[in-house]
Amino acid sequence: MLLLFKVKIGTLVGALAGPLMAVAFTPIAMPPSSGADETLRLAPSSFSYRVAGDFSRDGKPVESPLRDLRLPEDLHIMKRQVTVAEYMVCVDHGACARLAGPLQARDAPVTGVSWHDASAYAAWVSHRTGAVHRLPTDEEWTFAAAEKVRDEALPLVDPADPSQAWIARYEAESNRSRPTGTTPQPGGTFGTNTKGLDDLAGNIWEWTDNCFVRVALDGDREQVTNTNCGVRVVEGAHRAYMTDFIRDPKSGGCAAGIPPSNLGFRLVVEQPATVVAGAVRNVAKILRRS
Amino acid sequence: MVHAPMWQESMEMIMQGRRTALMGAAIAALMLTAAAVAGAAEDLKLPRERVELVAPPFAHPHEQATKAGPKIVEFKLPIKEMEIVIDAAGTKFQAMTFNGSMPGPLMVVHEGDYVEVTLINPETNTMPHNIDFHAATGGLGGGALTHVSPGEQVVLRFKATRTGTFVYHCAPEGMIPWHVVSGMHGTLMVLPRDGLKDEKGKALHYDRIYYVGENDLYVPKDENGKYKRYETPGEAFADTTEVMRKLIPTHVVFNGAVGSLTGKNAMTANVGETVLIVHSQANRDSRPHLIGGHGDYVWETGKFVNPPEKDLETWFVRGGSAGAALYTFREPGIYAYVNHNLIEAVELGATAHFKVGGKWNNDLMLQVTPPGPIPPAKLGAAEPVAVIR
Repeated sequence: MLLLFKVKIGTLVGALAGPLMAVAFTPIAMPPSSGADETLRLAPSSFSYRVAGDFSRDGKPVESPLRDLRLPEDLHIMKRQVTVAEYMVCVDHGACARLAGPLQARDAPVTGVSWHDASAYAAWVSHRTGAVHRLPTDEEWTFAAAEKVRDEALPLVDPADPSQAWIARYEAESNRSRPTGTTPQPGGTFGTNTKGLDDLAGNIWEWTDNCFVRVALDGDREQVTNTNCGVRVVEGAHRAYMTDFIRDPKSGGCAAGIPPSNLGFRLVVEQPATVVAGAVRNVAKILRRS
Repeated sequence: MVHAPMWQESMEMIMQGRRTALMGAAIAALMLTAAAVAGAAEDLKLPRERVELVAPPFAHPHEQATKAGPKIVEFKLPIKEMEIVIDAAGTKFQAMTFNGSMPGPLMVVHEGDYVEVTLINPETNTMPHNIDFHAATGGLGGGALTHVSPGEQVVLRFKATRTGTFVYHCAPEGMIPWHVVSGMHGTLMVLPRDGLKDEKGKALHYDRIYYVGENDLYVPKDENGKYKRYETPGEAFADTTEVMRKLIPTHVVFNGAVGSLTGKNAMTANVGETVLIVHSQANRDSRPHLIGGHGDYVWETGKFVNPPEKDLETWFVRGGSAGAALYTFREPGIYAYVNHNLIEAVELGATAHFKVGGKWNNDLMLQVTPPGPIPPAKLGAAEPVAVIR
């Protein structure tokens, strides 16, 4: 029920969107603010992470595992979401898809963007700046969102009765609080979290780079039985799984509760230093093994 | 009667045209007739029952079959013009309602009863209104005798001569469609005195009854594509009419708003319970469908004198009518009840849910193998030896 459009078409469109990334870039001046100038550096610390995906044991749906994680190195992530003004520069240079729908305020976070749109923007900024910009992984987003993460654990139900898990999930989705208004608000409207990030879990959901996975649990073993990168994890007031070409999510039909109000994104910036550090670590590993 | 010229004057402010003028004349004539027969009410020596109406999707308590004789059933129906929210985006809409709900409440009586409605148009409203009962005979369904300006009330009585589910709606001359798509419609159910029956005459009962009123909405947009908000219904009239005339609704909703019968407001039932779903569409065709269920007995046109159709997957509710479907839930879980024009269901809002408790029956459905990798093709499966064995 969580999947809004879990279809194979996602993969197909993913393949078609390839050429988008291959746009020839011409050197241009960066906009006054690319987002990169407001990047936060978050030092690693342990955090708990509910793994994204569909988990089952003995063929019956179960809650996904809760893990204690620690990112291997500092995370450099944008303080706020990418704005309309920033995104429009990419559009004007022919590297990003034009925004559809009603005109958006330039200082508001950009919304109505698909995973492909967000990825194209990241590729363009990377090219412009020479520093790798990318969507965060779901783990990175969860770490950065800290206390703004909402873990929707489901109650224990009889696994032999499929309707029980189904109704429990329906009720959890029904209990989600509805964001007040769906119109994107200027940056900062939804507050700043303890790690200094703005507007998490407001009325904009953010794309992550994680693909939808189906995992079979067997004792302590986990087996990923399917990975569908046509569906990505989006994060906000609740977690959702979204087909990558969707720009304007909606529920309806059999899905319950409230769909993400808007789709936007923020980027992670990889530091050249981390590449070096990573290489050093890898070399060290090789040396240890030999 | 004193107020009739006032009513016509206010109409002329908004409406023009020959047809309207002719209708106005007809209505004025009918109003005179009404004055002539006034007083007949006292001649009826029948017991009276006053019914408190409840908001949809629920129905007021009632007997499914009755041994008692006909009576006069009194309903009080205040009209309320109000701004409501019709979708998750918070779109505001100037609604016109019977009893403050969209659709208006379901009224239930038995064949041969007299329906006596007090239609109240409080002074806080801005417009004249009236009511046309499809179940009533004569007088434009009562529309000709019930015009009330803000600050007035009227009492109409009519005999329920036919059984079935019947739409009622506001029908002010020249502005009928606008009042209807603004929310002024509901359903009157006239039950046979001895209750519902199958095609062989065997009695049918329901444990629960739900009333789903469908409403197509036509909300104007501004130059930026955003839905416009209006201070009063009157201000919305011209723009709304322009959208209406293109016949493409911006929303198709159950119970007045997108998602009003889902989530915490989902309709409920249990396995083994029989539910009667009354579905009305006062303006436009609909095609109710219960995803995962069926219509065990369906009066598609809503008229109980006709034998019900059985085992339907989808049924057709003609614009301007109400239908009724009886279903016994056999499997627990979530059921979506939709207008099976799925574009209207998913994109425009015509979706409700049933949350059904009970124990899962593997005989009716079983996930034999959960989703998993596609196994490699079995080598040798078509070998002659294998076939012979």
